[in-house]
Amino acid sequence: MSGVFRLLVFCMMALSLALATSVGDGRWQSKVPESDRVRQNPMAAEAGSIAAGAKLFRQHCASCHGSDARGRNRRPDLHSDRVRDATPGQLEWLLRNGSLKNGMPSWSRLPEPQRWQLVTFLKSIP
Amino acid sequence: MMAFLSKFCLSVALLLLMIAFASPAAAQESYFVTYSHQMEEPGNLEIATKSVAASPKSADSFLGNALEFEYGVKAWWTTEFYLDGQSTADQSSIFTGFRWENRIRPLLQEHWINPVLYVEFEDVSADKSLLEVVGHDGVSDFSGRNDRGEKKREAELRLILSSNLKGWNFSENAIAEKNLAGDPWEFGYALGVSRPLSLKALAVSCVLCRENFTGGAELYGGLGELHSFGLRDTSHYLAPVLQWQLPGGPAMKISPGFGLNDNSHRFLFRFGISYEIEQIASRLRGR
Repeated sequence: MSGVFRLLVFCMMALSLALATSVGDGRWQSKVPESDRVRQNPMAAEAGSIAAGAKLFRQHCASCHGSDARGRNRRPDLHSDRVRDATPGQLEWLLRNGSLKNGMPSWSRLPEPQRWQLVTFLKSIP
Repeated sequence: MMAFLSKFCLSVALLLLMIAFASPAAAQESYFVTYSHQMEEPGNLEIATKSVAASPKSADSFLGNALEFEYGVKAWWTTEFYLDGQSTADQSSIFTGFRWENRIRPLLQEHWINPVLYVEFEDVSADKSLLEVVGHDGVSDFSGRNDRGEKKREAELRLILSSNLKGWNFSENAIAEKNLAGDPWEFGYALGVSRPLSLKALAVSCVLCRENFTGGAELYGGLGELHSFGLRDTSHYLAPVLQWQLPGGPAMKISPGFGLNDNSHRFLFRFGISYEIEQIASRLRGR
């Protein structure tokens, strides 16, 4: 039975690693479905949304992207054309899915309104 | 009991000391037994204690404790190391062993249901941390004297399925555990549902606002062994969970658990505290 167990563990690890290395190439924008890309930000016009997004950014994002969102330790600078040009729907999709292979975690555990508050803040970055 | 409490207090003091030198990051995992597909952020180290206290009718009261170190190796791979101990009234306080577990997300995008593969090795004896309930585990297992001679080297596999929907998390764990000495496979389950009390964040930082609280419940228990699969002679628990995330600080959670049949402890009280140290490798390198 221990042989069966070892084989099972090996297969699980091999499958996981194979999948992990075969999915995701960092070009996340091309993966966003059209239905997500065109989504509007329901929190965009809400008072205090930028401030709430800034608070969430400090709590969850600043450790990698820096408190000034300029990036840290080779993590992306968010004062970039890529963020400026992205639609709110694309940014929400990235927050929800992450880019796991490239080190960006999924923030699906944050409720959707909080993800939109973060998007509101990100779109306010000059 | 006093000796164990002293060690526990020392552990908490060390934890608080580390916190004093760390900067804040949000902790996670609302449950005690169930796992969701939430992984540790890469480079972050979470230090947590998970304790359980019970006073079985036919056995001595006990306090089981697990000290957990959880590290995000990759965004899709989390590894955890546990040190376990327990104290039983009128008996002894002992270190019971260690566990090492790994969780891997095979699908790198969010789906309506997200699988995670979990593999754990544990080397424990007289363990009372109750981090999982499998096979025919029950209250009678706690009636003997603390015996560190009975070593259990076990492997545990879980298939974790988890979904986030409209602020709710629904998690289902199928558990299979094998004593490497040759006992048959044992099976168990854990189900969890949780939701933050508020889905929107306030613009200002606050301590007691609803967004910092997550409420939920867990249902977990054993499903027998390979040759006696089913609910007969198994134990089951229903446990509400409440987590409080202090902004820029630790997360605390409590869970009163209620046994659902005669084979279960009538009442379990779980409590835990966790703190996440962000980007620990960069900190150690001084960057």
